Amino acid sequence: MSDAELHASIPTAAAEGTTDKVVIRGLDFFYGETKALKDVTLSLRAGKVTAFIGPSGCGKSTLLRVLNRMYDLYPGQRAQGEVLLDGENILAPGLDLNLLRARVGMVFQKPTPFPMSIYDNIAFGIRLYERLPRSELDHRVESALRRSALWGEVSDKLNANGLSLSGGQQQRLCIARTVAIQPEVILFDEPCSALDPISTAKIEELIDELSGDYTIAIVTHNMQQAARVSQYTAFMYLGEMVEFDVTSAVFTAPRDRRTQDYVTGRFG
Amino acid sequence: MVEHTVRSYDKELETLGRRIAEMGGIAEKMVVDAMDALAQADAQLAHQVVATDPRLDALQREIEEQAILTIARRQPMAVDLREIIGAIRIAGDLERVGDLAKNISKRSVKIGLEARVPRAIVGLRHMNEVATEQMKDVLDAYAQRDVERARAVWERDIELDALEDSVFRDLLTHMMEDPRNISFCAHLLFCSKNIERIGDHATNIAETVFYLVTGSTLPGERPKGRHDYDTDGAEPADNSGNPVA
Repeated sequence: MSDAELHASIPTAAAEGTTDKVVIRGLDFFYGETKALKDVTLSLRAGKVTAFIGPSGCGKSTLLRVLNRMYDLYPGQRAQGEVLLDGENILAPGLDLNLLRARVGMVFQKPTPFPMSIYDNIAFGIRLYERLPRSELDHRVESALRRSALWGEVSDKLNANGLSLSGGQQQRLCIARTVAIQPEVILFDEPCSALDPISTAKIEELIDELSGDYTIAIVTHNMQQAARVSQYTAFMYLGEMVEFDVTSAVFTAPRDRRTQDYVTGRFG
Repeated sequence: MVEHTVRSYDKELETLGRRIAEMGGIAEKMVVDAMDALAQADAQLAHQVVATDPRLDALQREIEEQAILTIARRQPMAVDLREIIGAIRIAGDLERVGDLAKNISKRSVKIGLEARVPRAIVGLRHMNEVATEQMKDVLDAYAQRDVERARAVWERDIELDALEDSVFRDLLTHMMEDPRNISFCAHLLFCSKNIERIGDHATNIAETVFYLVTGSTLPGERPKGRHDYDTDGAEPADNSGNPVA
């Protein structure tokens, strides 16, 4: 396949009747002097799940951290290029980071419940952004827990400490906390790597449920997981975006040799 | 291709490929022998063809079992996945080719030394040569992962269809000439259909090889010749081809 053909066959949002929620163009990222992302260009389709895969150190987590400017917390890290959320460049100076992180939520590798009650774990985030009467707050907490498929397991112990839950439940609590703020985009950074297979299945089911209403990006080391939960997959290697395509194509007939070697377990 | 990080994975895939090659060799020989037995009224050779078939069936089962195990164990992706699915499909096609050759052999035993027009066999022989050539080419295409060769096989099937047409007309003429020819010519008609089917399996394999290598499929419609009649109208339900009654 020639480069032109290859380029022509990369799916565009318009051709598929979707829209781009996040558009990343020519993104470079630096940890001090080290360039961790090189001219990355891709977009996240609205209401779809996009998986980032690649070997350790390829830049996939870095890319995720750019999307809500998590990197701003660390000195010496900077991004260049464009990241447009609904057309607005989130890399622009003077952007309200709190507002950005309310729109772009994040779930981490290790469950990170706050050392407080299950109820407060969720209400805490909501209170940061909104002043709600108690009854409405109750309602928001309940609906976030329902959304995260945790309500049935915790409805009778909302005052129990969030840390008393099992690992899988804690992770769903963190998802509930993210969902409660009603973000538009949710970033998952290896959300299942510390979980057992059943908890993993529950999280995957949850991601399925959430897609449609939310635009989702997930970083995962588990290729089968990427194949299962995502509609689009981006393969990254050494800070470059090597291949971006619909998931079914990446896992059955990838175009790039490096993608093929990685997904078939032939790397290095 | 670069080796897998887990080397036993490579071994599993190699074993699959080797078994397919073995099946291919057996099926090819069965097709050649079946026609020789028919042309030379060699009942012993015909029985030998029939006796070979269980080996082919056993190999197909082995390939399927191993493919399923590999899928369960490795969760294959991309080219590996296509390789394994390809092996399952090709094994199925080769097993059917064996059944068709077996069916020809059973018929040749039935026909035996019954008085017949030797001319009638000439067309069949030619058909069989083309079918054997197709089998050989497609198995080479598989072994070498040669897409162009696979495509050539796929496109050449039209020749076999045309030959079947002419054999059909020939046999019809013999039957009209002398009603005593009807019984054995009817058997030969089924044989020609079987050979045409062997060609179809060769094109199936060609399609699989194309998919295996490229990840995309050949266009849905194969080039087709003009058919004066529709031989596909009455497909026998029997899996082994046609009834040997």
